[in-house]
Amino acid sequence: MIPELGHFALILALLLALVQGILPLVGAARNYPAWMAVAKPAARAQFLFVAFAFGCLAYSFLTLDFSVINVTRNSHSRLPEIYRFTATWGSHEGSMLLWTFILALWTMAVTLFSRHLPEDMMARVVGVMGLVSFGFLLFMLATSNPFLRMEMAMDGSDLNPLLQDPGMVVHPPILYMGYVGFSVAFAFAIAALLSGKLDASWARWSRPWTTAAWSFLTLGIMMGSWWAYYELGWGGWWFWDPVENASLMPWLVGTALIHSLAVTEKRGTFKAWTVFLAIGAFSLSLLGTFLVRSGVLSSVHSFATDPTRGLFILIFLLVVIGGSLLLFALRASQVGLGGRFALVSRESFLMVNNILLLTATGAVLLGTLYPLFLDALGLGKISVGPPYFNSVFVPLVTPLIFLSGIGPLARWKQVNVPELAARLKWGFGASVLVALLLPFTLGEWKPMVSLGYLLSLWIVVTVAIGVRGRMRTSAGWSANFYGMNLAHLGVAVTVIGVTMVSNYQTERNVRMEVGDTVTVQDYTFRFDGVKDMEGPNYKGARGTLEVSRNGKPVSTLHPEKRIYTASGMPFTESAIDYGLTRDLYTALGESLDGGAWSVRLFHKPFVVWIWIGAVLMALGGLLAITDRRYRTSRKKGSAEA
Amino acid sequence: MKRFLIPLGIFIVLVGFLAVGLQLNPREVPSPLIGKPAPDFKLALLSDPAKQLSPADLRGKVWLFNVWASWCASCRQEHELLLDLSRQGVVSIYGMDYKDQPGDAQAVLNRYGNPYVETVVDLDGRAGINYGVYGVPETYVIDKSGIIRYKHTGPLTRESLDKKILPLVKELQQ
Repeated sequence: MIPELGHFALILALLLALVQGILPLVGAARNYPAWMAVAKPAARAQFLFVAFAFGCLAYSFLTLDFSVINVTRNSHSRLPEIYRFTATWGSHEGSMLLWTFILALWTMAVTLFSRHLPEDMMARVVGVMGLVSFGFLLFMLATSNPFLRMEMAMDGSDLNPLLQDPGMVVHPPILYMGYVGFSVAFAFAIAALLSGKLDASWARWSRPWTTAAWSFLTLGIMMGSWWAYYELGWGGWWFWDPVENASLMPWLVGTALIHSLAVTEKRGTFKAWTVFLAIGAFSLSLLGTFLVRSGVLSSVHSFATDPTRGLFILIFLLVVIGGSLLLFALRASQVGLGGRFALVSRESFLMVNNILLLTATGAVLLGTLYPLFLDALGLGKISVGPPYFNSVFVPLVTPLIFLSGIGPLARWKQVNVPELAARLKWGFGASVLVALLLPFTLGEWKPMVSLGYLLSLWIVVTVAIGVRGRMRTSAGWSANFYGMNLAHLGVAVTVIGVTMVSNYQTERNVRMEVGDTVTVQDYTFRFDGVKDMEGPNYKGARGTLEVSRNGKPVSTLHPEKRIYTASGMPFTESAIDYGLTRDLYTALGESLDGGAWSVRLFHKPFVVWIWIGAVLMALGGLLAITDRRYRTSRKKGSAEA
Repeated sequence: MKRFLIPLGIFIVLVGFLAVGLQLNPREVPSPLIGKPAPDFKLALLSDPAKQLSPADLRGKVWLFNVWASWCASCRQEHELLLDLSRQGVVSIYGMDYKDQPGDAQAVLNRYGNPYVETVVDLDGRAGINYGVYGVPETYVIDKSGIIRYKHTGPLTRESLDKKILPLVKELQQ
């Protein structure tokens, strides 16, 4: 009964999405106020039905309704309760429902928080989001219905062990909040193109939404990276896997968009470009969804694939992205030029920022799709790995980070170069000097370490100069300004983490018998053997490693090797002693003869800084949203309208 | 207006490639072993650990070499097909029990039926490494002179058997 209600709610949501997509857009074009007024109630009703459907699926999972195919395939009677709930989005069907639910949530938020938007703008934004939602609901009902029934099964085949982890409780929803959140910026851009009013107020309205989505995406990617680090057992934090790339590309374009929106809002320029980026960020989110769901690329994240699904999403992509780019081509040429600016100005720094970010996106896109291109042309099978990505990414990101130090200190319109140089010379000199000398204290001098330190120190110094300058002018609190600086500091923190772990990590793969000790850096690991253990839905072996440093105990780690009973999948559970300056990472390999085990031991300096930096970036974004300007300006906007 | 059409153009080319990509299977990795002699091994039989089997013993006939394990859930999916194939008697199937406890493997065969003429036991996975096994189950077609002709990764399907493997086996048997 409950699954049928959920299914029925999805059908009603589909019809509401159609109404929400058509009436307000036609109403806005023809100026029928009654039709435009449908937007808000339709969006809210759609949200209620999608939320209800989501609740029904979660209920089926929690109550282990094994007559639902989706539940049988992704759950098990002995699966712990929390994972029964997260299994709701552990399957392809469920994750599509989560996608749609979050889209409805964002639409709902727009109707609540952008109350001061002019009527026609609101109608168009909500209408565009309705059309996107219609596409996803149709996709779900036609090819991926999460509520399909079958004959009652005795038990389920269990959730993928990789997903049985606390990280999976929050990672997918947060990541989707980011992915799908770009639909708001996209809807604003399309609405602006439709109305022909591409002005600064458009940028001001969409800015907080874009920053919010970006912050969620940053957090989501950070959680994914951390999860891969502790869960996959290899100690890596980024694998350039197609699915990771699929989340990185919208992030890079979203970062470009945040910066170009600032220019459009403040200076009324880069208008067509900003619209293009808003379309681009969401298009890459959709493309990412296609790459993951259709199975055109092989990845650790792929679900079971089905060609009809791939074809459906491809047609959907063609309609949504192709349609938007066509509209862009038709309308963007009519956008007038904005304020002029000199060759050296904050505008041009931000332009270079955008070019670098887009080039980086292009490089990632190329690397991700290159195997597909070659295969499609019959030129053989290859895979593109980390060496390609690292060698193109570092040269692009280096000038980008360097510029992010100067940009915020540069004036709009025209920079007085000698004055800026005078402000920066001491900071620059100090950064270079410290960056050159600091690696000596770590033992060996390495050029990449100095480069990493230079970039990081440069940001810290320029942020300090900027903040001090602002305090002197007594300009008062600006959430926007401090949010930006916090996010830039986050970049500095991440750079330190990446630099340290890439250059100074130590890895040992050893055979250990009970009582054996191995020393990695200053830390001595003593292997105290492995005991059998039994979990709720798995059996396994639990190792014990005593870690000490100069004879003093540091911690006791218990890496595990599990075999999940229902699926028979073997699984490695690492054990980590986290620390601000180093992580000690251990994982069990294979059981060898004579009671010995192969054990992986890592010493990973400063690795947590990578994720702390990402959290600071996200917090900076969230802080910037609270800026008073976005609220007061909206009132002004409505007064003008 | 022309320059604003560039993104649309690029996108359409991309869609073309994605459409072709949908027809392809990214998991179908050609094995470097195809056309090469089947790597040698001498492993104990599951049915009788005192006896050993090596690919050289099978010279002169076309055989399927199926790598499986009791811990491998997707091996259960192809089990019916293998049983069916062995009942038809078109081709002999030899199994390799990969990184497994012989007792568990024997229990699976007792319970679900045994499609294999013989199964060899690769306890530590060393023979598997020589065959480039990276996902169980895998199935190899080996010809009369001991050359690997085809490799299938993942569980066999009715389609892959009828379209690829069985026609190839017939051709090689002539």
